[in-house]
Amino acid sequence: MSYTSARLQKLFDNLQQSERGGLGIFVTAGDPDRQTSLAILKGLPAAGADMIELGMPFSDPMADGPSIQAASLRALNNGASLASTLEILTAFRADDQVTPVVLMGYYNPIYSYGVDAFLSAAIDAGADGLIIVDLPPEEDNELCIPALDRGLPFVRLATPTTNDQRLPAVLKNTSGFVYYVSITGITGTAAVPRDLAAAAVKRLKKHTDLPVAVGFGIKTAEDVAAITSVADAAIVGSAVVEQIRDSLDPSGQATNATVENVLSFVATLATGTQRSAPAG
Amino acid sequence: MGKTKIIAETGAGQHGVATATACALFGMECEVYMGAEDVRRQKPNVDRMRLLGATVVPVTSGSGTLKDAMNEALRAWVAKAETHFYIIGTVAGPHPYPAMVRDFQSVIGEELRWQLEAFEGAGRLPDTLIACIGGGSNAMGLFHPFLDDEEVEIIGVEAAGHGVDTDQHAASLAGGRPGILHGNRTYLLQNDDGQITEAHSISAGLDYPGIGPEHAWLRDSGRVRYESATDTEALEAFALCSRLEGIIPALEPSHALAYTGKIIADLPADHIVVMNLCGRGDKDLEAVLPLLDEMGLLEV
Repeated sequence: MSYTSARLQKLFDNLQQSERGGLGIFVTAGDPDRQTSLAILKGLPAAGADMIELGMPFSDPMADGPSIQAASLRALNNGASLASTLEILTAFRADDQVTPVVLMGYYNPIYSYGVDAFLSAAIDAGADGLIIVDLPPEEDNELCIPALDRGLPFVRLATPTTNDQRLPAVLKNTSGFVYYVSITGITGTAAVPRDLAAAAVKRLKKHTDLPVAVGFGIKTAEDVAAITSVADAAIVGSAVVEQIRDSLDPSGQATNATVENVLSFVATLATGTQRSAPAG
Repeated sequence: MGKTKIIAETGAGQHGVATATACALFGMECEVYMGAEDVRRQKPNVDRMRLLGATVVPVTSGSGTLKDAMNEALRAWVAKAETHFYIIGTVAGPHPYPAMVRDFQSVIGEELRWQLEAFEGAGRLPDTLIACIGGGSNAMGLFHPFLDDEEVEIIGVEAAGHGVDTDQHAASLAGGRPGILHGNRTYLLQNDDGQITEAHSISAGLDYPGIGPEHAWLRDSGRVRYESATDTEALEAFALCSRLEGIIPALEPSHALAYTGKIIADLPADHIVVMNLCGRGDKDLEAVLPLLDEMGLLEV
């Protein structure tokens, strides 16, 4: 069975028709504060983001490098919670019913909130999928299956160390798209060479008909161009939240430049998504 | 497995020293992640690890203690999994680590069984087992071979820091609730939003907001009783054991000693209590001596 949110389905259909790759932008909800975070989210689609990956802040983000760790802490220090993340998403959806938003994070805040209550709230808020990095396929009964039962896609990460034996287990309940982690490691590290990414996407496509988005280590418009020439979408995270970090005042609070810096950076990244040849 | 390099995390440095020793013996590269705060307060073990050829990586994120060291070790490991093996220092982490570490640590309880048989005759079991618990590896090693011997009373002692009724302790069973961290579901110190809160204990080895998942199960099943001892009680036990026994205990088992002291006077003379003195206190002297001095527990 395949579950794909209408918004995700539409996005990947459109991308295929227009023969270009998509740009996914990761930001942490509530970074650096709720109001600024919402202003950034609202500006992302016009700046060129095709999809938003919205980080749910967690105290111990084990899959994340220093930039996203810091983003999580900024948000938490300014009062962010799982509930406020969903409120930000609700406010975003009031104006935008088109751009897919996938919630990314770690299981404990969801477990603490209650799986059923969370799924209801996430769907009500307008989420289009979940990426929960510390729930392996062996634990699909925890959240993945309940999410799929409610029609909410569960996007799983595949990595260079996910071999052909393991891949079917990883892909079994994955829906929406497959998130290929282009490097072995955490977010924010160096970009992977294009030929390696191409080979990896090709390998994945042998196992799945789902779109493949590639993330981790993508920082520039050139990186985006390289990745979207071989994959359905590129996701940029650390480099975006570094724009937030670099715009803060000495006390770590947002300035007039924060929203603008992020959006102009995203507009630059988006120039990398124009291509003439389809993925192959 | 073809892995030639080793990653470990450590709190008090005991596991780091053990891992560095094994790596020195086998000529393997070893990097040990350790909270910056722990690097400071457990300097002798840092020196030992460096002498043994290990690289000690101070971790500054979070509170700079064991939880953060584990986060960073996991981050390092996922980037190097092709060449590196991660030797986790406690009965926590993703499956099958809790079971693996338990089985390795069980040499403690197995040896106790042999020794009791040698000294007391066949079939004599201990009456009470006591061990301190951070992640809970030394305790699990002592307890596990006796879990099916129902007549054996088993007590784990958590670190109560400034008291379990304050927000400055590391007693995840007494003051936490179930959650998921580092790949396992167990009792965790956390806020209402499921954010992990910082633990506090004077002892680096117990300063962890979680506990091995098997301890969580043993507590829920009632097989093991879990108690706690505060920083102050542990310091008093540290001084008392040094003075009475000529043994300088590590701060970690000083918590178990403190609890042992509370119950031992009321027990019959033939009641065998075995407390796991899982580390020596030389590593703690620099941090502990000024505190003992303040408490009036040092000779002038």
